[in-house]
Parts: sequence; structure tokens; C-alpha cells
Amino acid sequence: MQITVPHRMSQKSQIQTVIPTSRKRQMDTRATNGTRERAIIRSQNFSLYYGSKVGVKNITMDIYPNSVTAIIGPSGCGKSTFLRSINRMNDLIPHVHHEGRLEVAGQDVYDKRTNLVNLRQEVGMVFQKPNPFPKSIFDNVAYAPSLQGIRNKGELQHIVEQSLRAAALWDEVKDDLRKSALALSGGQQQRLCIARALATKPRVLLMDEPCSALDPIATGRIEDLMGQLESSYTIVIVTHNMQQAARVSDRAAFFCLGALIEYDLTSKIFSNPSKKETEDYVTGRFG
Amino acid sequence: MARLALRKSVNAVMFSLTFLCTVACLGVLFFILGYLFWNGGRDLNWNFFTKLPAPVGESGGGMANAIVGSGKLLLIASAIGLPIGILGGIYLAEYRGKTFPFIVRYATDLLNGVPSIIIGIFAYTLIVLKVKHFSAWAGGFALGIMMIPIALRSTEEFLRQVPSSLREASLALGATQWQMILTAVVPAALRGIVAGIMLDLARVAGETAPLLFTSFGNRFWSEGFDKPTASLPVMIFTYAIGPYEDWHRQAWAAAFVLLAMVFFFNLAARGVMSWRRAQT
Repeated sequence: MQITVPHRMSQKSQIQTVIPTSRKRQMDTRATNGTRERAIIRSQNFSLYYGSKVGVKNITMDIYPNSVTAIIGPSGCGKSTFLRSINRMNDLIPHVHHEGRLEVAGQDVYDKRTNLVNLRQEVGMVFQKPNPFPKSIFDNVAYAPSLQGIRNKGELQHIVEQSLRAAALWDEVKDDLRKSALALSGGQQQRLCIARALATKPRVLLMDEPCSALDPIATGRIEDLMGQLESSYTIVIVTHNMQQAARVSDRAAFFCLGALIEYDLTSKIFSNPSKKETEDYVTGRFG
Repeated sequence: MARLALRKSVNAVMFSLTFLCTVACLGVLFFILGYLFWNGGRDLNWNFFTKLPAPVGESGGGMANAIVGSGKLLLIASAIGLPIGILGGIYLAEYRGKTFPFIVRYATDLLNGVPSIIIGIFAYTLIVLKVKHFSAWAGGFALGIMMIPIALRSTEEFLRQVPSSLREASLALGATQWQMILTAVVPAALRGIVAGIMLDLARVAGETAPLLFTSFGNRFWSEGFDKPTASLPVMIFTYAIGPYEDWHRQAWAAAFVLLAMVFFFNLAARGVMSWRRAQT
């Protein structure tokens, strides 16, 4: 079933945006619940620079727990930069420096005392191209727990099964967990990467265009998965695909040229955005 | 039209030239192989691998001590050269920096070019002169120094080939940098590192000059590592320049065995690289 929402925003166009509701989720009610909860990720005037180049500038937004937040925008506008700042993956790039404050669960991420290892266990990440280790399926999912020091075979088995079930991959691989992860299909590998990230029981799951390297069927399964995971995790997804953002997210943030243009409920962003740039982007006039 | 004919004939000439050079290259290799096999193959028997050298004129001698001695020397050399080379390679590939890594790489390349006899003299001065006798330790030490540059550069190369997405995945799961290197990057590059080790052994197995005055040689078994030790290359040298026909034949056989050993390492390196991991 699909809702066609006619636009009255600009007199020059009568473009209609289609918001599919086949993945029926109570987008509006859940999102308004969120405003009453404490934000799990708070960004206050956060900026990140690569040397002298601006990555993102003055981002102020709150991301609420147990929701899916989409970050949309044209290429090169800082979506991935902001996402990777949350778990400090940008530290890997030389000459990177920041201003402002970025908090996860009340803790300043860039504080000198922040334990990077703990941060990355609380905030998991799934990358654009599936990147399983060239090891067995079991060893991939058990990687993070064994780094944490869990050696007990039974406990590892339990964690691996839980994570694979949560990632909707258990039924497909349970017969042979010793198989090489590289033998799986692209969609299965991405779900394996999700299972691997879930093995640390993170609170937040960051997804950097997780479906862009996958076919539509695999994409659909991962979107369904996001819907299932939402009740236990906070998901932040960067996506190029506007329809995907409309399908899966409760709130959406529109980035452009390193700045946050608008951040609101998804239904509002796609049917009645406040800023002209947002309207131009979601109606396809640019980007 | 004449232009085109000229270009075509240049093309043909160059092709023939390069082809002939390739043939010459392969020809030399096969010639050596065939010559060694022809001259050395005849004297290869069970005695060769199990008996000590016999007095001149007596039959039934062998080079068992030289084979075992070479094994001992390679063992010590690996224990010295491989850890230094591999850990150095890990440092160069994984940790950032401009000046220091550049110096390390340059120095390693220079070390690679140092003539092996000079490395032998270095080991001689450092060890043999101090303890006043030849030993497998000194020989192994000299060979170990020669193993460092190859192990280091080859490890670095193979680690660099591991895609950065693997490193990111590991760090994003909460690994420290050393955990990332040990549990994600090195296992992914392991095949290449092992192949590099095989090639390193192949290079060093046949070195003669540094052994001439470090492990020196022995007509008998050498117990432990603290005595002068026989080795295949030195045995070949001694026997080949000796006056006895008997010795010459034994030298051919030893040369054949040494070449076979080097070939084994090379083939093992190839095998490791192309071994298809089972899909199930």
C-alpha cells in the first residue's frame, strides 16, 4: 500500500512524493515519543576538519534511542564524516581535528579520558562494502567477544548464535559455521558484518550506506532487519537512497556541503520540509 | 608505405631478440640442472645421506654431517633473522611516520647489498675472535643477518596488500592497534609472509663465503652448536678444489642436493601462495 502525498509547497511544481508504507511502522507516534526521551547521541556545534578542509561544520542535532535516524544528502556533504566521528573512526585520517562537542550516552567522545575500545564496543559500525575477515563465519562473529577476553567455548557459541539470529542469518548458516565467510553472497556477508557488530551488544549501530553494494532483494532484507533491530538498538544510517530513508527511518537529517540543513521527523522532511534546499533535494531538483 | 615496413621489421627483430634472450635464460638454467644431475646424480645413494665422509680412497662415505650442519645453521639463522625481519616489516607497514621509516627502509636495502663475505668478517670479529673458536652460532648469526632485509621487505609488502577495509573493520569492533595487527592483518597476509620466509631460506641456504670463517667446516659430527660445523656449500668448496677425483664426484652430488634444497624452498613458496583455500 502506498500513500501519495501531493505537494503544495511551491507553485512552480506539482511533484508528488511517494512514501511507501509497506513496511508498516508507526513512524509519527514513535518519533514523537522520542522527543520526550533523553538523546543518546548529542552533537553540539560539532565541526570536523581534514587539515584545512571542512568536513562538517556546526552540526547540532540529537539522536534518540531505539529509533532509526537517516542522514541524507548529496555526495561529499559530510554525511559519512559525521557518522564516522561518532565512533572516532576519523582518527585514522592524518591531520584531522575537531571543534565542538559530540556526546554518546552523556560521555564526550573526544574527551582525553574516553576509552576508544569501550566506545567502539558501545557504538558498532557497518560499512558500505561488506568486509568480513577471511576467517570462518564463527570466527568472524566471535572476533569482538574474544578480543574482550571471553575464552569459554560455550559462551562464545551462545553469543555467536544470538548475534546471527539477531541479524537474521542464523537459519542460513547454522549447518556449517566453519565455512569461510568469503563464500557467502554479498547480502549474507553484509548481514554477517551486522551480526559481527551486534556481538559486542552495542547501544548504537552506525550504518554507512549498508545496502549500496547489494542487490534489491538483499537490500530489502536488510531494511526489514533494521525494522526488527530498532526495538533494541539505536540505528543511524547514512544513505544516498532517499526512498530507502523514507522507508526505514523515523527521523531524517539533511546535510549539504558540510552543514546540517534540516533535521526532523521523516514524514515531515519528505512531505513538508521547512527549508528550500531540503525541498529541492527530496524532490530531485539537485543531488 | 616504407615507414610501415620499417616499423614492422623493427617489431619483428625486437620480438625475435627478446625471445632469444628468454630462451638463453631458460637454457642456462636447464643446462646447470642437467649438468648437475648428470654428474651428481650417479653418486647419490643412501650412504650419501647417512654416512660421514670417508678417508680418500675408501668408498661408502657420505655427507650426512654437512646436510645436518646446514640444517642447524638455517635453524639459528631463522631464529635470529626472521623475528627481527618480520617485526620490522610489521612496524614499517602499520605505524605512521616519515623520517624514521625512510631511514629503516634505506638501511635495510643497503644491508641487503653488503657482500656476504663482509658479513662473514663481521660475524668472525664479533663472535669467533671473542670465543677463540669456530661455531655454528657464528655461522648462523652471519646467515641470520643476511635474512633480515628480505624478511623485512617481503613482510612489509604483503602487509601493505591487505586492504584497509579489514583494518577498519577490526578497529570498529574495539581492537587496539596491536590486536588489529595480530588478529586481523597478519592472518590475512600470512600466506605471503610464509612464502617470503621460504624464499629467504632459499637465498641463504647456498651462501658459502660467510661460512668459511665462522662455522668453518668439520669432517665429523659436531655436537651442539658450539663447535665448527660442516655445511653443504663449504663441503662443496673444499671438495671441488681438492685434488681427488673421488672428492670431485662427491662435490657434484652435494651440489645437486643443495640445488634440490633451494628448489624445494622456491616451490614451497609458490605452493603456499597459490594454495586454494577449501571453500567448505
